[in-house]
Amino acid sequence: MQLDRDTLAESYRRMATIRAFEERVGADSLSGLIPGFVHLYAGEEASAVGICLELGANDWIGSTHRGHGHCIAKGSSVEGMMLEIYGREGGLCGGKGGSMHIADLSVGMLGANGIVGGGAPLAVGAALAAKTLKTGGVCVGFLGDGASNQGTTAEAMTMAVVLKVPVVFVIENNGYGEFTAVSYHSGGVDLAARAASFGMQATKVDGSDFFAVHEVAREVIGKARETGMPAVIEVAVNRWHGHFTGDPQAYRSAEELALVRTRDPLVLFKTRVIEAGLIPADLFDKIDGEVAERIEAAARAAIAAPVPHVSTVTTDVYVSY
Amino acid sequence: MAKKSMRTAINEAIRLEMRRDPTVILLGEDVAGGQGGSADVNDAFGGVLGVTKGLYTEFGPGRVIDTPITESAIMGTAAGAAVSGLRPIAELMFVDFIGVCFDQIFNQAAKFRYMFGGKAQTPMVMRAMTGAGLRAAAQHSQSLHGLFTMVPGLKVVVPSGAYDAKGLLIEAIRDNDPVIFLEHKAMYDLEEEVPDEAYTIPFGEANVLREGKDVTIVALARMVRFSMEAAANLAKIGIEATVIDPRTTSPLDTDTILESVAETGRLVVVDEANPRCSFATDVAALVADQGFKSLKAPIRLVTAPHSPVPFAPNLEDAYIPNAAKIEAAVLSIVSAGGRNAA
Amino acid sequence: MTITAVTMPRWGLTMEEGTVTAWLVPVGGSVNVGQELAEVESSKLAGTVEATAGGVVRRTIIEVGATVPVGTLLGVIADASVDDAEIDAFVGTFKPVEVAAGEDESSKPKSVEAGGLRWSYLRSGEGGVPLVLIHGFGGDAAGWGFIQGTIGADQDVIAVDLPGHGNSEKTIRDGSIDAQADAVIGFLDALGIDKAHLAGHSMGGGIAIGIALKAPGRVASLTLLAPVGLGDGINTEYLKGFVAARKRRDLEIVLRQLFANEALVTPALAEEIIRYKRLDGAQPALETLLAALLNGQAQRAQYRDKLGAIKVPVAVIWGAQDRIIPPEHAVGLPASVRVETLAGSGHMPQVEAADQVNKILRETIAKA
Repeated sequence: MQLDRDTLAESYRRMATIRAFEERVGADSLSGLIPGFVHLYAGEEASAVGICLELGANDWIGSTHRGHGHCIAKGSSVEGMMLEIYGREGGLCGGKGGSMHIADLSVGMLGANGIVGGGAPLAVGAALAAKTLKTGGVCVGFLGDGASNQGTTAEAMTMAVVLKVPVVFVIENNGYGEFTAVSYHSGGVDLAARAASFGMQATKVDGSDFFAVHEVAREVIGKARETGMPAVIEVAVNRWHGHFTGDPQAYRSAEELALVRTRDPLVLFKTRVIEAGLIPADLFDKIDGEVAERIEAAARAAIAAPVPHVSTVTTDVYVSY
Repeated sequence: MAKKSMRTAINEAIRLEMRRDPTVILLGEDVAGGQGGSADVNDAFGGVLGVTKGLYTEFGPGRVIDTPITESAIMGTAAGAAVSGLRPIAELMFVDFIGVCFDQIFNQAAKFRYMFGGKAQTPMVMRAMTGAGLRAAAQHSQSLHGLFTMVPGLKVVVPSGAYDAKGLLIEAIRDNDPVIFLEHKAMYDLEEEVPDEAYTIPFGEANVLREGKDVTIVALARMVRFSMEAAANLAKIGIEATVIDPRTTSPLDTDTILESVAETGRLVVVDEANPRCSFATDVAALVADQGFKSLKAPIRLVTAPHSPVPFAPNLEDAYIPNAAKIEAAVLSIVSAGGRNAA
Repeated sequence: MTITAVTMPRWGLTMEEGTVTAWLVPVGGSVNVGQELAEVESSKLAGTVEATAGGVVRRTIIEVGATVPVGTLLGVIADASVDDAEIDAFVGTFKPVEVAAGEDESSKPKSVEAGGLRWSYLRSGEGGVPLVLIHGFGGDAAGWGFIQGTIGADQDVIAVDLPGHGNSEKTIRDGSIDAQADAVIGFLDALGIDKAHLAGHSMGGGIAIGIALKAPGRVASLTLLAPVGLGDGINTEYLKGFVAARKRRDLEIVLRQLFANEALVTPALAEEIIRYKRLDGAQPALETLLAALLNGQAQRAQYRDKLGAIKVPVAVIWGAQDRIIPPEHAVGLPASVRVETLAGSGHMPQVEAADQVNKILRETIAKA
């Protein structure tokens, strides 16, 4: 399907925003400006943006502990995210969630999840709510190759098939669960085929290619929306960084590390769109400039922002008392 | 007013709320029962002990949902549905099964509101059967309310009879936080007067079942009945006990407990759970910390031993606290006439 | 040589069991007819059991603290000369005469649709122009137990649960006394009652006056117990405390203001009212009614000047120790109105001085 110029520009802007956001967060994490640790999504941008392009305000996504990209792709404010990740007042979660638990229910983002495999059952729940309330919505449950081994994921897939709910499990296979390669941690099986064996249609796609991801998303999400049935997409992605910032990636060979950034989804996108004459090169430069400015401003604002008031340690534990 | 069993009272609570609010759904293993069987019966059981019988027939498969045996998916589906617009009641069946799905409760549902900066509501209820007495042994008989009470973000309800069960369950369903609702399986047949209408009992409001000047007995669920039995026996020898049922361990009505101990000066906590890091030790610590000056005698705890629940009937009977043990505990700190025991 | 059984009384229609809270005469003590013998409480009411025969208390069978069904043998009165063996035989063969309330169809609440609402009421007795009993703010039909239980022996008596109360629907469209009077007229229509004797307590007294003014032809007589509408003063602290109380102990303290004898406020009574307040809709109904009842710190509805216009027999009964609505409101009423101030009673003469209230009620009904 041909995407119009505005959609293409916006898609690129989102991918570029994720990239710039992650590079900035990675640097500030290493320098100690950001507390705790962060898991970066750089290199996987086409997956989040290509999938979320098919989602609207009625739709939900569940996410992983590598969730910044999903947040941005679903429409969360990068300024609010930045404040949150810096642990500042006014952050998306008031500084109580941080990177691994960032959520934005106002845009249908059910939350990153610090528990590998924790999110898949939640995605089934959001899909059940959409079905019961007849909102016409679907839920995309992002999970990683590591999470695909968890019992919760198996249970969630079983439940989705039994309950017949419109959930699309998107397995972002970046080749590693933490520091252990998928060839080992999943016993070398085909993740899509394993998911399909629960009784769903499963499709594989190259996650560096935005257009391929989007085409699959359009088809699979469209069908889930139409039939109310679950499905699976396995997206092959490259994790540019280690499991978390500061991971020296000693488990990756020099050859692999040299190759990992060669298929940059942003570059592939730009090249193809410029070659097709859809968007001139200078517009990309303009977008890159605007994104850089926005991220820089967001980071500066976060650094300058006050920390949450200490009295909020005990607020929001319960709704009613 | 009609007398109803706790089973009927719980069924009524769910039924009334499902009629009132179309976003309330019930899901769990065999909450209806019989789906796909050759007999083509799809309301066969209504839960293993028949508590949800008939709800499928009234509300249909879209709202009374039989699930596969996938406890993590049941609790996670409920949690996910709760933050996205439904009010699910998820049945765990035996509370012992929390072992295979606790993540979805204590890392997910319990934390959403806080972790997301107060922007999420998770109005789900997890119902489960608790307690010993049915010869169901170690993996079907535990009292795990203490486990849930430790977790900030969960409200924990442990009703001691039919009237309270209905009012507390309706309150739980309407509450916007995740609520753990624990039904003592040895109490389902006990009858009390229960109004036909819907009513709510607020959380964190203890029920003072009996007032006496000599000793405060704090107990939950089935232990409330045993404590009342003990109190009646003690009254015959001139010892007047106050019996307090906190109804909910989270939130806990600490005021009522402390005010009572201020009047009696003596405390016995009765808990069917194991003794370490428990509800019993929690209440004892509360009174030792905030009511120490009122105490005229040591605090006594009457609990199960630090062992799993045994199977053989004589062993299980020895395991569960009873009225005689409660009376003995009281008599160890107060003698007839209300003086400290020697 | 008669042997007389002392049994658990039934006060009102809904009482199924009662608890003996004290024996006032020990075994071996002499009693006269009418002497107070034991204290008993039910979930609604607390009172005393009186000796129905003179003699010696030979047995107290039910111990203090025990709860037993209505009709259960509590003790035995007989002359000192009666053989112990005879007494034991009497006790051994005693059969309770009364069936338990729950098994008696006529004692169960009935319901009728009126004005789009479901009304619950208790009806007992047969014959005569019906007596309709209208309770006060936060009360219910069962609170008339001592009255309905007695007058119901002679004639048709209906105790209604006003909307928002008891088992009736909890919707209040308009909480004003005037609107409630219209609603009760609708209730009478629904039951096909053309004419009734009315007795109303407190807020219900105001409603009864309202009905008598709106539909004089429907009212045969009017008995008003500490009614609203005859003056400004009212204990707003009590009303607000009643509405605000969530816990039984808090409510107990509030309720004590209702009675001259505060011991009548039992934990069971407070528990019963707390349970009512927990019903869906009850709390908002009370709030709506309270707002309609008051005008600042004063009563809103005022009927004092209109009382003389009522042409049927009117009796006003006030407890001398009423702490909710001042007994002075009974002073200076038109000469056509019979006024009785009862010593030793608070705001609840139908409980604290039931015998006198029954007597006045019967006389007022007879005058019509």
